[in-house]
Amino acid sequence: MSSRRSRRQSASSGITDDQIADLVSRLQQLLPEIRSRRSDKVSAAMVLQETCSYIRSLHREVDDLSERLSELLATSDNAQAAIIRSLLTQ
Amino acid sequence: MTAMVSDAAVGTDRRRSGRLRRNKKHRAQLVQREAEEGRSHERWRSELQHKLYSAKLMEALARLRLAGDGGGGGGGEEVRVVPTRGRTVRDAADRALAFAAKGRTRWSRAVLMTTANRVKLKFRRIRAGGGKGRLGVTGAGGGRWMGRKGKGKVSVGRLRGKGSAGVRRKVRELGSLVPGCRVEPMNVVLEEATDYIAALEMQVRTMSALAQLLSGGDSDAAPAAGHGHTSS
Repeated sequence: MSSRRSRRQSASSGITDDQIADLVSRLQQLLPEIRSRRSDKVSAAMVLQETCSYIRSLHREVDDLSERLSELLATSDNAQAAIIRSLLTQ
Repeated sequence: MTAMVSDAAVGTDRRRSGRLRRNKKHRAQLVQREAEEGRSHERWRSELQHKLYSAKLMEALARLRLAGDGGGGGGGEEVRVVPTRGRTVRDAADRALAFAAKGRTRWSRAVLMTTANRVKLKFRRIRAGGGKGRLGVTGAGGGRWMGRKGKGKVSVGRLRGKGSAGVRRKVRELGSLVPGCRVEPMNVVLEEATDYIAALEMQVRTMSALAQLLSGGDSDAAPAAGHGHTSS
């Protein structure tokens, strides 16, 4: 709490518009879709919406990959050979 | 004369020490700025992080023992018998990712605590107190970081007041997606989300490279390209 007060913000909640706008713009730079479009036509709500859907798609991708990995790891000799191979190539 | 000489000597000494001190401070500032600029996206994109994470992941996956092991040694013995194998892999990957974050972010702490202490809620509350204390320090660092506005800042459309209902609803939705951020204030959620996205991207990259490696990439060139190892 003291760190927030030390930012010298007099807003009631201690968090200013500027900070939020800065964070949102940082988020916007990470998103793959919005980066290509013109930046001034993008609203904060759209950025947040894109962020949510992007995180959901990343989750889905991780789920798919883990399914695939679990299937690949299930065959023991395949896994051992691959692990040995990866250790050797590194 | 001697007084002047001594004064001059003292003066130069002071200047020298002052310069040294300034250099040290300057260097420290540079290092600090580097560390702060290397937040989120840069940190999760470094090769070192990639290698660390893939090593940790392989270790965790090897420990999982998903293989048949000669007909599965007794269904009842293994405590961690899982409903679905994909879920175990996913949890292990998430845990390794949170570990790679070194507990500097809320979501990493939340992930680590959820898997480790499913029953001990009291423990989690105590840890949360300590975590908040630690975050007080990083909050100050984050404040300094956010003070450097205008460096490559992309203009966002007008916010219409930070408390506008639509934005607030979206931030809450975001908070429900990022682990451990359901009841945090807006700036915390946004900051955690940026780091979380970068980390997830690294996780996806590493896991897909691993999957490609395991599915019998023909040559060593393929996994090398996937991992981005420049040694070969």
